[in-house]
Amino acid sequence: MKGKAIMTEAPTPYIAEKRTPMESPETLRARIPGWGVDLDPADRPSFPREQPGIQTGAHWDFPERQPESWPREKSIEHAFVTPVFGTSTPPAGVSGAIRKYAYKYSEGRAAHWLLLIAADRVNAWEHHLRSFATLSPDNPVTETGVLSEPARHGLRSRFGSKRADVNHQWIDPIVVGGPWVLAGLGAVAAVRAVARRVAGRT
Amino acid sequence: MRAMVYRGPYKIRVEEKDIPRIEHPNDAIVRVTTGAICGSDLHLYHGMMPDTRVGMTFGHEFVGVVHEVGLSVQNLAVGDRVMVPFNVYCGSCWFCSRGLFSNCHNVNPNATAVGGIYGYSHTCGGYDGGQAEFVRVPFADVGPSKIPDWMDEEDAVLLTDALPTGYFGAQLGDIVEGDTVVVFGAGPVGLFAAKSAWLMGAGRVIVIDHLEYRLEKARSFAHAETYNFAEYDDIVVHLKKATDYLGADVVIDAVGAEADGNFLQQVTGTKMKLQGGSAVALNWAIDSVRKGGTVSVVGAYGPIFSAVKFGDAVNKGLTLRMNQCPVKRQWPRLFEHIRNGYLKPSDIVTHRIPLEHIAEGYHMFSAKLDDCIKPLIVSSAS
Ligand SMILES: NC(=O)c1ccc[n+]([C@@H]2O[C@H](COP(=O)([O-])OP(=O)(O)OC[C@H]3O[C@@H](n4cnc5c(N)ncnc54)[C@H](O)[C@@H]3O)[C@@H](O)[C@H]2O)c1
Ligand SMILES: [Zn+2]
Ligand SMILES: [Zn+2]
Repeated sequence: MKGKAIMTEAPTPYIAEKRTPMESPETLRARIPGWGVDLDPADRPSFPREQPGIQTGAHWDFPERQPESWPREKSIEHAFVTPVFGTSTPPAGVSGAIRKYAYKYSEGRAAHWLLLIAADRVNAWEHHLRSFATLSPDNPVTETGVLSEPARHGLRSRFGSKRADVNHQWIDPIVVGGPWVLAGLGAVAAVRAVARRVAGRT
Repeated sequence: MRAMVYRGPYKIRVEEKDIPRIEHPNDAIVRVTTGAICGSDLHLYHGMMPDTRVGMTFGHEFVGVVHEVGLSVQNLAVGDRVMVPFNVYCGSCWFCSRGLFSNCHNVNPNATAVGGIYGYSHTCGGYDGGQAEFVRVPFADVGPSKIPDWMDEEDAVLLTDALPTGYFGAQLGDIVEGDTVVVFGAGPVGLFAAKSAWLMGAGRVIVIDHLEYRLEKARSFAHAETYNFAEYDDIVVHLKKATDYLGADVVIDAVGAEADGNFLQQVTGTKMKLQGGSAVALNWAIDSVRKGGTVSVVGAYGPIFSAVKFGDAVNKGLTLRMNQCPVKRQWPRLFEHIRNGYLKPSDIVTHRIPLEHIAEGYHMFSAKLDDCIKPLIVSSAS
């Protein structure tokens, strides 16, 4: 149902009575499967917010501790490294150093988060550069998935209806591709400079 | 094993990785049979979540088969088909023992403000996720449940995050019979929130988005009244007109950090990462709810500050309620609703993508192409 018909042209005056009457519970129940089955706010799974004694399946007071295979970075707002933690991607390289430094600041400090964000950018470039020395170099075309544009109707999906995101989607290729273009131009300039010097010597 | 791997903003690929191993006596290793991409994954994909490391495997919505269990695991055995809530949680800390599973204090050394989430950056604990053939599942006796025989695999995947989050979002609204409920966002979470609002007795449910095909789904799937905010100069004024100039009783933000509708918020929030996210939908929620009303926020925001219109919330005497969803708390009731036919979660699935093609899946879901609402990840063999 499009809602436009329901809109009242002249607003009701600002009075105490309930506003524009809605459909009756009977109509709603007939139109919408399950209408009102969770009507009682006190009988909903997340009420009350805190339920002391809830069954969780835990059979320990405090969990056994998972062994630490590297000094695990931790928030200084924690008393200790939590008994269980993720072991994906240990900090390494320059980004790792920035990250470890970021963890000297509490979560309440902007420095903590801004350093982590900076480390993320450095981390991506460390890996892009390193990948060029491997058999699987980063490929911005396959990795961004843009090849799906024709198969997934990139044009038809974006135009022809009012979409509010088209006004900024053009920035994405610049954010993603820009640094690659600059790096490429830099590499070309470097090769040229070397070639010129070699040529100058002969 | 094959696994999706993050390579930097907007870039992912599938790589060969070691099968995860048991690292704690209550761990299980699960072989993933179906996974999904969530709107939350887009925040990682766009590089917005601090401490998202190259090499991490994303994915917090998955179901599968138990492949290996640790020594202290009692409730699961190898071969069990399981569904795993997106929350990693211990079940025994101050928070878990009160049901605040998404706020567990024992699983995330990196931050105290957020619990553990599979495949969701180091800020959420540094766990590799389920967009892979195998995944490590900590606290196997606490989080996962065996998938009931009668339940479809696709419904089970949607029960690991999107459906419980929408249902939880409606609960955070403290809806009473006859309430007018506005839901911002017609993605999976918003669609389920709108549908759930009716179960809680809403008298009117309005869904706002700018993607016509999703609004169409909001009408057919969630029986909602819909408005495309891109067609109005000012959606807040329009919503006031539509609610007798008082405002809605309850507004749910099911959009989060990448909200559209304000260029400056988009550029500072999502492109430049100078904010915890674009707060457009949250601000619209604050402005379109009635005085004394409730704003429920299940849309996700990063840990950095966001430009939120807090003064309006104060002056209007609003109740703001929010959290990550404690998924397993919602399951018994949601199982009933599915069995009774009130909910059919897999109705919103639009795409089933093999793991090997996940980069295209992310691009499609992120750019909202091909009428995509919910993409599932299926194992490449099938
Ligand atoms: N709290 C939790 O536990 C939890 C769990 C899952 C997802 N989330 C969050 O919920 C949000 C939605 O998730 P999803 O999977 O549905 O994502 P999605 O990206 O598919 O949906 C978001 C929708 O919001 C729309 N939108 C953008 N700007 C808008 C605006 N200003 N007003 C109205 N609509 C707007 C988009 O067009 C899109 O349809 C995300 O932020 C996600 O991170 C939170
Ligand atoms: Zn999610
Ligand atoms: Zn806990």
